[in-house]
Amino acid sequence: MTDEVRVYVEEAPSQRREVVAPTDMALSLMEVLKASGYDIQATCGGMALCGTCHVEVLAGPALDEPSDDELAMLESLPIMTQGSRLSCQIRITNRLDGLVVRLMPQNT
Amino acid sequence: MTNSISTDICIIGAGPVGLFAVFEAGLLKLRCHVVDALPQVGGQLSEIYPKKPIYDIPGFPDILAGDLVQNLMRQIEPFHPTFTLGERVERLAKLEDGSFQLFTTDGTEIFCKAIAIAGGLGSFEPRKPAIESLENYEGGRGVYYMVRDPETFRDQRIVIAGGGDSALDWTVFLADVAKEVTLVHRGTTFRGAADSAEKVKNLHEAGRARLVLSSNVTHVHGQDGLEAVTITANDGTAETLPVDSFIPLFGLTPKLGPIGDWGLELEDDAVKVNTLDYSTSVPGIFAIGDINTYPGKLKLILCGFHEAALMAQGAFKYINPDKKYVLKYTTVNGVPTL
Ligand SMILES: Cc1cc2nc3c(=O)[nH]c(=O)nc-3n(C[C@H](O)[C@H](O)[C@H](O)COP(=O)(O)OP(=O)(O)OC[C@H]3O[C@@H](n4cnc5c(N)ncnc54)[C@H](O)[C@@H]3O)c2cc1C
Ligand code: FES
Repeated sequence: MTDEVRVYVEEAPSQRREVVAPTDMALSLMEVLKASGYDIQATCGGMALCGTCHVEVLAGPALDEPSDDELAMLESLPIMTQGSRLSCQIRITNRLDGLVVRLMPQNT
Repeated sequence: MTNSISTDICIIGAGPVGLFAVFEAGLLKLRCHVVDALPQVGGQLSEIYPKKPIYDIPGFPDILAGDLVQNLMRQIEPFHPTFTLGERVERLAKLEDGSFQLFTTDGTEIFCKAIAIAGGLGSFEPRKPAIESLENYEGGRGVYYMVRDPETFRDQRIVIAGGGDSALDWTVFLADVAKEVTLVHRGTTFRGAADSAEKVKNLHEAGRARLVLSSNVTHVHGQDGLEAVTITANDGTAETLPVDSFIPLFGLTPKLGPIGDWGLELEDDAVKVNTLDYSTSVPGIFAIGDINTYPGKLKLILCGFHEAALMAQGAFKYINPDKKYVLKYTTVNGVPTL
């Protein structure tokens, strides 16, 4: 089994950047995106408290259902779509291979 | 009428580091005035995680963030600091004698001999919904992102948007003050404080507030000020409602804000400092806590406290270039008062 997965960040319509993420370091998607140079504030460091790591899942494998804490945070943001998730609450595992996300603007 | 204040040190930011700086300055008999853009003290501790325990404050195996803020307020009481809350420091000017004049968003003027910027991640700004021309109605013309004075809304027709605790709490509170209250929420359920959600539902059933679920406020209308909002349901149906005020409550997010424009040397949105005394590139202006950067910087409360102690010495020397400072332990003389 390989110990990395590929996730894709849609930077503009039909423009996707591949990000390779290790699965053996217990990282969250937020940490991987930050490490890949994306401008994510992640003020709370991954505690589902700040909402500044908001992404929209566009395609790819099914994810675990969000926790109540994650939903509560998402619901308090001005924009929430069907695919809205907090990237800090998504753990990088083999199941994530092929996930496509879009970063949501930080103040929304 | 402008409000004018005169003090020794003006501390920008009432987070844990700014509050502790009052104590350290007080030990040196320097008076402090503290300004914060938020209506309450505590910075990130009050705004983001008041109910979370912190485990790395010396002497406290664990303490709730909100309690740490309370303790800091008690600790600085003997020094009688003064506060301007709910106003952001916008601009500062250095005067000829080396002292400073600061200006806030609401026209408060502060004259001080030294400045300690303890601005953390910047000032907390409201998250705004993406509604066209919303900004045309800001500044008292019908759109408000926080409720400072509930009396502003007395006998008005208001629409609140949001699904968090503050949207629920203000709906309950303003139902008694306003003429008509409508809460618009994008979802169908409310998480978090079930108790407040229950109260809103009860008010709705009693006809004292209106609850519109699965909907968003999508348009704002009006010539000189706000006159109406359009609420669009997830199924596409829309209604336009005459209103006096619209209050979107979607939480706050920190932004560096005006601190970036004050001519201070910056690196990655943080103020560069000399670790000798946490002075910035402008003599008389110091920066402590999360807002500063230097080799080895850790964004921890503990580190900000240490920086506050050294900053106070630096500010003392800047304010009193001819006086010699002698370190005294608080265990010897107790805590002096001002
Ligand atoms: C979820 C979470 C958990 C954390 N846990 C810990 C922990 O366990 N231990 C630890 O040591 N640290 C922890 N931290 C980090 C800690 O909260 C920060 O290091 C600390 O808050 C920094 O304090 P500060 O006073 O420098 O800034 P802040 O707390 O950010 O306060 C800055 C204040 O300045 C105000 N301000 C900014 N600009 C202006 C302006 N122009 N005019 C007026 N006001 C202005 C802001 O409104 C704000 O209130 C945590 C942080 C988060 C988010
Ligand atoms: S990093 Fe704060 S909610 Fe994800």
